[in-house]
Amino acid sequence: MSARPLRVVGRPVPRVDALEKVTGRARYVTDLTMPGMVHAKVLRSPYAHARVTRVDVTRARALPGVVAALAGADVTWCDPYYGPAYRDRPVLALDVARYEGEPVAAVAAVDEATAEAALELIDVDYEPLTAVMTLEEALAPGAPLVHAGQPPAGHFADLSTLRPKPGTNVCHQFHFARGNTANALAGADVVVEDAYRFPPVQHVALEAHAVLAAWDESGALTLWASTQNPYSVRVELAKMFDVPLSRIRVVVPHLGGGFGSKTYAKLEPLAAILAHTAGRPVRLAASIPEAFQTVRRCASRVAVRVGFRRDGSLVAVECDASYDVGAYADIGPRVVQKGTYTATGPYRVPHVTLDSCAVYTNTTPGGAFRGFGVPQLAWALESLFDVAAARLDRDPVDLRRQNFLAHGEEFAPGDTPIDGKLEESLGRAAEAIGWTQARAADRGRGVAAMLKASVAPSVSEAIVRLHADGSVTVLASAVEMGQGTRTVLAQIAAEVLCVPLDHVTVVQPDTAVTPYDQTTSSSRSTAMTGRAVQAAAEDVREQLLAAAAQSLGLAVRELELADGAVVGPSRRLTYAETLALKFGMSGGELIGRGVIAPGRTAAPLGGSTPFWEMAVGAAEVTVDEETGAVRVERYVSVADVGRAINPLTLEGQDEGGVVQGLGHTLLEEMLYADGHLLNGTLLVYRVPRADDTPAELECRFVENADGSGPFGSKGAGEGSLIPVSPAVANAVTRLTGVRLRELPLTPERVWRALRSRSPQRPDSR
Amino acid sequence: MKIRLVVNGRPRELDVEAHSLLLDVLRDGLDLKGAKRSCDTQVCGACTVLVDGLAVSACTYLAVEADERAVLTVEGLADGESLHPLQRAFVEAGAVQCGFCTSGMLLTARAMLAENARPSRGEVLHYLRGSLCRCTGYRKIVDAVLAAAANGPAAGNGQ
Repeated sequence: MSARPLRVVGRPVPRVDALEKVTGRARYVTDLTMPGMVHAKVLRSPYAHARVTRVDVTRARALPGVVAALAGADVTWCDPYYGPAYRDRPVLALDVARYEGEPVAAVAAVDEATAEAALELIDVDYEPLTAVMTLEEALAPGAPLVHAGQPPAGHFADLSTLRPKPGTNVCHQFHFARGNTANALAGADVVVEDAYRFPPVQHVALEAHAVLAAWDESGALTLWASTQNPYSVRVELAKMFDVPLSRIRVVVPHLGGGFGSKTYAKLEPLAAILAHTAGRPVRLAASIPEAFQTVRRCASRVAVRVGFRRDGSLVAVECDASYDVGAYADIGPRVVQKGTYTATGPYRVPHVTLDSCAVYTNTTPGGAFRGFGVPQLAWALESLFDVAAARLDRDPVDLRRQNFLAHGEEFAPGDTPIDGKLEESLGRAAEAIGWTQARAADRGRGVAAMLKASVAPSVSEAIVRLHADGSVTVLASAVEMGQGTRTVLAQIAAEVLCVPLDHVTVVQPDTAVTPYDQTTSSSRSTAMTGRAVQAAAEDVREQLLAAAAQSLGLAVRELELADGAVVGPSRRLTYAETLALKFGMSGGELIGRGVIAPGRTAAPLGGSTPFWEMAVGAAEVTVDEETGAVRVERYVSVADVGRAINPLTLEGQDEGGVVQGLGHTLLEEMLYADGHLLNGTLLVYRVPRADDTPAELECRFVENADGSGPFGSKGAGEGSLIPVSPAVANAVTRLTGVRLRELPLTPERVWRALRSRSPQRPDSR
Repeated sequence: MKIRLVVNGRPRELDVEAHSLLLDVLRDGLDLKGAKRSCDTQVCGACTVLVDGLAVSACTYLAVEADERAVLTVEGLADGESLHPLQRAFVEAGAVQCGFCTSGMLLTARAMLAENARPSRGEVLHYLRGSLCRCTGYRKIVDAVLAAAANGPAAGNGQ
């Protein structure tokens, strides 16, 4: 089997959903309607922190066309709290509003205009409280508390030991250490240290969060939701409503982008509660400004000390990171510990002390965003790597290469050994950017590397059905949000079962139909869901071979699959013929099942990562000395993916990751002043446009088939984004001599740095 | 008030409010869901449709302004089952990811190619400034537009 050349896997086939998308037929949540459906609108707090002393929805409820109007106090028939780490978030504010934009009341009405009008009729009295808007304010002694304390949710095995610091705004602390860092730093020949800041940024999925919720006559709930993890939404709602999991059905149509913003319950609880009250299906569709009030990336301050020996070997890393998780923890505590766990990057470091904390502030909740805590740390470590290279008078590429963990080397006791060859990625990136070649006087080059763990332990299950005509249905719950997972899963099933790709249908996630999958995030779908589909398809293959063997009177070992048929030494049966013979009629089907559940291990976070995501970025930049504007002229990303199941969709993923990374590197930052978000609309929040992209952008892959995923693949999709900021900043430094420690690298920041530059030569080579 | 317009080649007579937006009339009134609502502020381009061949943001374009005009949405781009050259190029180049920007991108590109059948890469980048994509990094979209243009003058045509 393994010797057979691959037919579909590894080919750049067009996406299986491309046709419905270019013709406008693809359906997203807001394209769906139901008989009797009404529209919801949300009244949000205008204050970052306020006591809510009165919410009166009486006048709104009386408006003709309004079918439901709710304040927090009206939600008495279920548990109003939710959240994947802490159940700290009420569906509608209860007594206190903790950030500007927090839902305070909600209405459902026959049309959107009536719902909007009803919001105007809701009377709310607020008593403003002192808000903590930044990490510094929230961590100051005696700072006002965002929360008095909330019970953990217990969603995740690796959060079974949430460690809040009582009486402060710290909702989780993480500590990881080995060796003796203090001694090692004291004895190091060169120690570099600094603090780096990463801004709050928003995902800006073009489709904002949307839900259509309907309770049926039997009291069961169905939601069509723009979610990356229907099963997490289901468990959250089952807890709130105290109903069995089987009574809640979450269906996921096409998603208009996710990037982490649609992980875990967001608007689904409110939509379900409104639909319950209204007794009618309710659509709740956020606007883009409301998405800015729903979730964002965790801003951070990361202080790192790195010690090297004279010979360039890394001896110690000490890291102290604070992440701003906003007003509600969402998945912030996991972002913090997963990110911090790999703060040492892809390097061999004998002495390590890593501390981090998740800090509540009165801002939009911080949660998952492509990279999951790692971009913030890589920004610091990879910048310092270049600072160290200059101090050691070493080439930054060589210094990294010297310290990379080798294939098969241990990252941490009990965790998966390193499964890639980053030196290969670095070599290819350096070559492609022309690292050793002379550069134009006005151009600077920089590199950066990254390593990221995927979520562990995690579970993926899949069902594959072979129908009477030889066509195949894949039931899996990986969400298609643009990354191409439906195409990849179809390719895997088509490969194992030797059928054309267009004979395979991948069903959209539906918790009543498609089996459990933990989450579509963490770059895990190809490796984990893909393995489940592969196992399920192999199960079908074994059944198919057994059935054909029986019909032909041959041994299974004499048979193989080829082109939709079971082929023996002298006879050949199509799948349709095989099934007809087995069932004695043209009906019946074979059903295969795949379960990938590696379980808990002795690894530091409780599970061993299914793969390491590793990538290198190389940038070539120009800087306008007059304006401070940085332009990335060329960018090369090389990711170690094991095997590209679909090079076309993978390239698209990584190109998109680079450009999204350029967003927070050069343009994007949610700006707050006086307790208000200043730029929560696309008019003023600038994401990269077509003409902001590098003139040359190349995404390449290292493929050694050394991953745990199907056909040697690994996860991908986050790796290309993570090195962007440090690679660009390192290039700016090598060109101009200025080192910036705060993102984004706006013209103003760069200009100021250039102006205050001491008259020394740039550390360029 | 009553308006008469041609949508994807088909004459329509519609009763709309003075403040009705073209996007709502298309999506809710005519069940043409291909144009997407996103930024509501004429920034992102997800709602782009063509009115008399010119790209407009349907989210901020009054339906009454389309009176006596021809509107083309993504649903009208293909000729029956035969895809428009731009649609084919988008499929083949991998220019589609989540798909939410795709209809706006296609129609913007269609308007550009009608004006300029053989644009340079820089001209395509400039023309697409008003169409945001958060998935692709734009490269494959630009490649697709250039490939469609290279395939001949049909790319700027359509109804």
